[in-house]
Amino acid sequence: MKVLMSGNEAIARGAYEAGVRFAAAYPGTPSTEILEEFCKYDGVYAEWSPNEKVAVEVAIGAALAGEKALAVMKHVGVNVAADPIFTVSYTGTNGSLVIVSADDPSLHSSQNEQDNRNYARFAKIPMLEPADAQEAKEYIKLAFEISEKFDTPVFLRSTTRVSHSKAVVTLSEPRKHEDKTGFTYNADKYVMVPINARTQRVEVEKRQQALKHFAETFGENKMEINNLDVGIITAGMPYNYAKEVFPDYSYLKLGMVYPLPEKLIRDFASKVKKIYVIEELDPFLEEQIKAMGIKVIGKEIFPYTNEFDPGIIKNAIEKNTQMPVSPYKETLSPRPPNLCPGCPHRGLFYALGKSKAYVHGDIGCYTLSYMKPLEGLHSCICMGASIGMAHGMSKALKEKGKGKVVGVIGDSTFLHSGITPLLNMAYNNSDALIIILDNSTTAMTGMQEHPGTGYTLMGKEAKKVNLKVLVSALGIENIKVIDPLDLKATRSAIKGELAKDGPSVIIAERPCALFKRANIKAKPALIVNPDKCEGCKACLGLNCPPISWKKGIIKEGSKRKGISYIDETLCNGCGLCEQVCKFGAIS
Amino acid sequence: MVDNKVNSILFAGVGGQGILRASDIICEAIMEAGMDVKKSEVHGMAQRGGCVTSHVRYGKKVYSPLAETGAIQTLVSFEKMEALRYLKFLRKDAAIIVNTEEIYPPAVNMGDAPYPIDVIAFLKEHYSKVIHFNAGELAQKAGNIKTANVVLLGAVSNMMSIDQSVWENVIKKSFPEKLVKINLAAFQMGIAA
Repeated sequence: MKVLMSGNEAIARGAYEAGVRFAAAYPGTPSTEILEEFCKYDGVYAEWSPNEKVAVEVAIGAALAGEKALAVMKHVGVNVAADPIFTVSYTGTNGSLVIVSADDPSLHSSQNEQDNRNYARFAKIPMLEPADAQEAKEYIKLAFEISEKFDTPVFLRSTTRVSHSKAVVTLSEPRKHEDKTGFTYNADKYVMVPINARTQRVEVEKRQQALKHFAETFGENKMEINNLDVGIITAGMPYNYAKEVFPDYSYLKLGMVYPLPEKLIRDFASKVKKIYVIEELDPFLEEQIKAMGIKVIGKEIFPYTNEFDPGIIKNAIEKNTQMPVSPYKETLSPRPPNLCPGCPHRGLFYALGKSKAYVHGDIGCYTLSYMKPLEGLHSCICMGASIGMAHGMSKALKEKGKGKVVGVIGDSTFLHSGITPLLNMAYNNSDALIIILDNSTTAMTGMQEHPGTGYTLMGKEAKKVNLKVLVSALGIENIKVIDPLDLKATRSAIKGELAKDGPSVIIAERPCALFKRANIKAKPALIVNPDKCEGCKACLGLNCPPISWKKGIIKEGSKRKGISYIDETLCNGCGLCEQVCKFGAIS
Repeated sequence: MVDNKVNSILFAGVGGQGILRASDIICEAIMEAGMDVKKSEVHGMAQRGGCVTSHVRYGKKVYSPLAETGAIQTLVSFEKMEALRYLKFLRKDAAIIVNTEEIYPPAVNMGDAPYPIDVIAFLKEHYSKVIHFNAGELAQKAGNIKTANVVLLGAVSNMMSIDQSVWENVIKKSFPEKLVKINLAAFQMGIAA
């Protein structure tokens, strides 16, 4: 049967077809849909773990019990999970273990553009890279076969363009799940103390040699011999872009990007006159091929940054510098992403923006509030970083920083990696204020469950962590719970907690405005009374999508140059603008 | 032309207009008509009021889900000014279908920037095939303003050689039963527009 599937749907399907019934992940664009799809298949166990490191450790545990285990994350999630990944490479997997890394060239939804193929070489773990949804489905099966055969974890690397493109996929009959679970005791292999790790370190090199040998005949490292003037060595999505514009050249398409098949590459190189290595981001293949002494053209003509498209490849090879231009020459007003109408973050960041504090941000929808006019935060590095950074800045500034350093973090992000840095703040007696933005869900990636929501990925009711009790148990004594859409209370809580000595935590509780389960009844839309509006634009400072400016509506005896207007089809009646208006014009 | 065998359609508009749904439906129809198809889209942050685009490419064998810049044959713009944003992606002989509804970007809302004027006249000056109508009004006539995306699909279907019966089948499969009739009516509105 043929169906239209995204790369992510295909990875889930492929895992199921391979007989995989166990998966763990933390959501992150562009990887999130893989587990959301996988959990729908019969007889599977799938979980959202609190972070990627836990997800990998859960999968390792399952593999050691003999399972076929899948762990899924976005590229930066592999950084979080790197610790267990580097050492499970030494122990091997007993059952089988595949780690999906969904990379994000062009940073569509990420804080950096790291090329996770480097992890394969760094951790000495083989990596497969599919070019489209059909391959994604087949490669995940091959990844499990390789894991089982070589007793090694295997990476499957996807990119945004593979994960979020749809293509026609032929489905296969799923393999029956065989229960091979049980206890396998082998402490010399699984206890990584130096004496055992030294032995396993040698085993890893042996495995590397065996995998290199395997790569030479691996069916997905494919030569397509055509026009011999030009040969292209490529992998993943760039293969499609190149085929599109240069269908007649010869190709070596590498389905396995680590380790590389040296003999096959030499064989290909001996057949063609000139070789281009086409790869997004780092010169990962190029440097290894050049180290073999083979002359290739790569990053001297292809960009290091951003994802490619067929035109980029064509123009680079044909040395064409004339890019297509638009006949329209005026500047078009952009449409930057914004917080939704009724978003609870808006109230908090409006208050923070006016507080003159230095605010360390974190990963989530609220990061958008750094933009004008809210300008509610001033740094953002990675998941969980806001708390440690706020503490460090406050310690460095000493008296200068007193009452002026804040860290903000979402509920899902706090549970991901905010607990240890908050423990540190209590332990090392920080002066910073931390605000946990508890909107009851993982909103940015599309409403995933976490340990604070009361439900699991499989839809079962679950233990729901009590943030206030948790924060208190970490040793924080000043804790205040507020509703961030109550502006007066929010301002006073921020002011009050900043004034206190020692660490404080404010928990800003209000469900995401789009969160269906919270069953938020939209209040009637607010309207601006044109007789009362003085045109001061204070409400526009909220950057709320329904509020706009109507120029030229003047009033006798007033200096106003226009009035505010609320689009009632967009307004959900959250009431923030009503609280901001000094003239009682909004109700 | 490089991709004379592969057709490329670019869907463009603003988050929340049903662009991804419409491009899904068209892909299903292409697949059911026996052709190869790939589509690409932007997820994530762009959903929140931002620009949304989706490339749909079809033919005998499709490699890339993204079209080469300057090689797109059909632009379907779900919002009027958004059509202007993507002109560099089009072939000079491209066809353009434009919903004439306007959604103001934030800077226009704030009175800091103008909304472009004479968009349709500009498009007609530079492209020989420009089809424009108010998809929201037609959707309302069909029975539900939310079917504007299917009205636009109807207009695109005029440019593709896919049987009417295939479209009807796919629309029937794409919506819950109670919404099928309205969507079929919206599709017809688009064909006639």
